[in-house]
Amino acid sequence: MSSKRFVLTFPPELTSEPITYNLIKQYDIMINILNAEISPGKIGHLVLEMSAPGKVLKQAMEYIKQHNVECVPLEKKIYYQQDKCIHCGSCTAVCFAGALTMGHTTNELHFNAEKCVVCELCLKACPLKLFSIDISE
Amino acid sequence: MSKTKSIEEINEKIRTGKAVVLTAGEVSAMGKEMSPADVLKKVDVVTTATFGPMCSSGAFINFGHTEPPMRMEKITLNNVPVFGGVAAVDAYIGATEVAMPHDIYGGAHVIEDLIAGKDVLLQATAKGTDCYPLTEVKTLINKNSVNEFIMFNPRNAYQNYNVAVNTTSKIKYTYMGTLLPALGNANFSTSGELSPLLNDPELRTIGIGTRIFLGGSQGYVAWNGTQFNTGKPVNAHGIPIGNSATIAVIGDAKQMSTRFIKAAYFEKYGVTMFVGIGIPIPVIDEDMAHRVMIRNSQIETNVIDYGSGNFEVLGKINYKTLFSGEMVLNGKKIRTAPLSSIKVAKEIALLLREEITSGRFLLTEPVALFPKTTGLNKCEIRI
Repeated sequence: MSSKRFVLTFPPELTSEPITYNLIKQYDIMINILNAEISPGKIGHLVLEMSAPGKVLKQAMEYIKQHNVECVPLEKKIYYQQDKCIHCGSCTAVCFAGALTMGHTTNELHFNAEKCVVCELCLKACPLKLFSIDISE
Repeated sequence: MSKTKSIEEINEKIRTGKAVVLTAGEVSAMGKEMSPADVLKKVDVVTTATFGPMCSSGAFINFGHTEPPMRMEKITLNNVPVFGGVAAVDAYIGATEVAMPHDIYGGAHVIEDLIAGKDVLLQATAKGTDCYPLTEVKTLINKNSVNEFIMFNPRNAYQNYNVAVNTTSKIKYTYMGTLLPALGNANFSTSGELSPLLNDPELRTIGIGTRIFLGGSQGYVAWNGTQFNTGKPVNAHGIPIGNSATIAVIGDAKQMSTRFIKAAYFEKYGVTMFVGIGIPIPVIDEDMAHRVMIRNSQIETNVIDYGSGNFEVLGKINYKTLFSGEMVLNGKKIRTAPLSSIKVAKEIALLLREEITSGRFLLTEPVALFPKTTGLNKCEIRI
């Protein structure tokens, strides 16, 4: 039995396949939804923690990919050079996962790594190029 | 009780340490309980500030003459082309200039490096003349080796600005930041109630010659900014809706700080520069007291579609909502994000307040006021 986090990226076209349902029903995977941003006509993101034997997880990933849904294990981590940050907020614009937010009283950037789905959009959005990916883990 | 105060009276209070100076944020908060007459009585100066990405920035530099002398024609600094068509050893570093179209290091970075005191590689070529025989030079310069290093920004501190959204199905990279498809976010870029030109919307106290905080040192308003536009509709609180007035500013870049001048790169757009500007607004009468009490909820701007290419106005929104992190457009919740740093703007407003209360920064009467009625011309493509 192993637990892994995955980022599922859905195409803007509605998929008729009940993917999460089938992962539970057919593959007997224990699923914990960590983050979801799905609405009609938009690219959707779903962050899942899936617990199942390694072999089953592999099969499940195959199943997901067959339905034109991207499935990437969440192993990488984003970090940024906090000391150089000017707290402009540009990165919060693209952070659909809500990991990067502006403090209402501090006017400072807050980074909640727990919520980060490593979509990497902040790497491009930061005008000072302060974000990078840690792939050492 | 006098109903008006002159700049000279306010300066006398500053000199004698009696002036009451507050930041625009502090006055906006006070304004909820006080009348303009009370504010006029209690407050002498309000400090406003902004720290946002501002294209139309740059700096003049005079390298000093080489021996033998040279009429530098094609010039680069750290390989970034700078404009040498001014005089033999004068040049203008444009903040947005780059060597190659997709470079992420440009003129703004050269300016920031120079302010930081770093050595910068100067390379220049010339045809050579009888009076300027040298045809090629390659050397290192820094802010102490050059004669003048003068920041001159033709258009800064926009009075209000659009909110940018994207209605298309593709991600768009703009000077208003990254815009996610299908109204995935809404980006805005002013410091709202802290913003200089929003605290003096009719530009009664800010004009040519106004002493300001520029990039960490004292600078001046040189002229009205380019694309200065007084033709925008005004809301019930006297605030123009959308981008309107601008200022051209000048100051000694040698004395500036990289805390308040920051080079930036917007993905697939290009290089620009964050410029820190602070302007003291003298509370000379009840009208100005009323103006500086402006709050984010009273400042509105247009929401514009930057995705489709026709810049359609999709709605109107106030800054209180924008700063809340979420707005509603066409019944849909959209995440809002600033591009301009409120944290650093507040720091500038506080620094300027400290400079004034300690007597190091005196206020100025504008030498001349800005034009009252100007609109914008289009560049018609006619050949």
